[in-house]
Amino acid sequence: MLAIYKRELRSYFQSMIGCVFVAFLVAFTGIYFMAYNLNAGYPYFSYTLSGSLIVFLVGIPLITMKSFSEERKNKTDQLLLTAPVGIGKVVLGKYLAMVSVLAVPNLIFCLFPLIIKLQGTAYLKVDYISIGVFFLLGCVYIAIGMFLSSLTESQIIAFITTFGVLLMLYLWDGILSFLPSSAISGMVGILILITIVAAYIQHMTGNWILSGGIELIGAAICIVTYILKSNLFENMLTKVLGNLALANVFTDITSKSIVDISGIVLYLSIIVVFIFLTVQAIQKRRWS
Amino acid sequence: MIEVKNLVKKYGNHLAIDHLDFKIEQGKIYGFLGPNGAGKSTTMNIMTGYLGATQGEVIINGHDILKEPEEAKKDIGYLPEIPPLYTEMTVREYLGFAAELKRIPKGEWESSIEEVMKLTKLMDVRDRLIRNLSKGYKQRVGLAQAVLGFPDIIILDEPTVGLDPKQIIEIRELIRNLAKKHTVILSSHILAEVREVCDYIMIISKGKLVASDTPENLEHLMDGAESVEIEAKADASKMREILDRIPEIASVKTEAQENGITAAVITTKQHQDIREKIFLTFAEAKCPLLTLKSNRASLEEIFLELTQGEAVLNKDEKEDETNAGDL
Repeated sequence: MLAIYKRELRSYFQSMIGCVFVAFLVAFTGIYFMAYNLNAGYPYFSYTLSGSLIVFLVGIPLITMKSFSEERKNKTDQLLLTAPVGIGKVVLGKYLAMVSVLAVPNLIFCLFPLIIKLQGTAYLKVDYISIGVFFLLGCVYIAIGMFLSSLTESQIIAFITTFGVLLMLYLWDGILSFLPSSAISGMVGILILITIVAAYIQHMTGNWILSGGIELIGAAICIVTYILKSNLFENMLTKVLGNLALANVFTDITSKSIVDISGIVLYLSIIVVFIFLTVQAIQKRRWS
Repeated sequence: MIEVKNLVKKYGNHLAIDHLDFKIEQGKIYGFLGPNGAGKSTTMNIMTGYLGATQGEVIINGHDILKEPEEAKKDIGYLPEIPPLYTEMTVREYLGFAAELKRIPKGEWESSIEEVMKLTKLMDVRDRLIRNLSKGYKQRVGLAQAVLGFPDIIILDEPTVGLDPKQIIEIRELIRNLAKKHTVILSSHILAEVREVCDYIMIISKGKLVASDTPENLEHLMDGAESVEIEAKADASKMREILDRIPEIASVKTEAQENGITAAVITTKQHQDIREKIFLTFAEAKCPLLTLKSNRASLEEIFLELTQGEAVLNKDEKEDETNAGDL
């Protein structure tokens, strides 16, 4: 794992992508910092960070796009997969290398609150927590991008799909407001979600009994609950899907100074899920 | 050493490997021979754990490649068809990465990298970026990677593709040297190479093992189709008249040459050696026999025969019939 981690990290900074990413993120944040904190005199650096959240939409796909698709295209994955190293370790090594690239600009960000402090009052606790959560949110996005990269041979497709997914997540709150809130539509929505999950399991395992079972049991539970207690489903869709508005955990800190622990747990679990899915996607490719 | 049992690989409906079974023993050079798309690379990819098999198992030194992949992969060095090179690294960096990946103890990295670089003659280019190397050198870097750490089994997929003749000879020499201590499996569609290097040949066609034996034995496989080539100072009709006296002859193909010399290719009915009879018959007829030699089927013919199957056989038979009719 360490070998892969070191090689990846070195390649990010040798191939310019890492440097471009760091420069890009720091430059944009610097512009926001100048505008909000230095010019307008606003004492929270966290506010600046929430402005540069949009930079992630382009920056993260830039570093994740090549993670697996390039290896697959150049057939270098043959070296990794025939070496005495488990696939989980290969994925983890690559993931940690990307996280380390992301850590570089975040470490630089740690200087900004100190600059504010030099000029007067600074709110260091909020600022550093928000940098930490900002970094964690980036880690979530990297996990998603890495998974999408493992599905394709083309870096460009990996970039575009990751960008699309991140943009969707960014705009999620707005999209959610179009969802219906009645109980019946909530139930139908949940049924659709269960079907999507079952279809994915069927696609990955090819096991009709397992996926059919999940579909049937899920649907049965849904319908029974709906008949017994239909008001449970009111606003259900918005509640369930609202969790996908990942950036909310971060913006809560920056705008209201509220740290939502469950939100951070959600971040960590999404990271674990996508690392797992990446391993599965690579395993699946060996078998088809 | 390696046991491949009932291996099947399907890509959708296409059967790439069709119930393959073989065993590989220590200290020999094995050659996989087959036309393009026969399933050589797929077999190697499954043996090294890169691909999963649809059915069947591969056991490397007692470890199943699927159930104990890390143990099994430790004993294998693999050079795939396209060398898996990170082109933005230098040769030495790349081999360092491979050494760490293969879990070679840290203290031995330097010495083992040095050793394989000497073996594959890479010392001159060790600090150059792989991107800037020629194809032959890239192939050698891939080979160095496979040999690194000297695993028990070295699997090479078309190791000499893209090399110039001098490099090919060097690599063959290297493979022979490696075989003193290791088991080497290589694939190729070039016959001469396999015959020259390998102790044992496995011919694969359409995912099936159609023959596996030593090169010598394989050449004997087609003894049946042995033919005799003669040249005599006589015209075609006289030659046929003389040959008519030998009852064992199945067919004769004649070709007139300069100075009244006629050449003929004779096939026999029951694979008998009729050279003596031919000589004596011609002597009786007082017709000078200039050349007399038997033609054994070459490895090329066996290869074509086995890989293209019945199509070739039938065609030969038809030709024989027409020739016999001419007689």
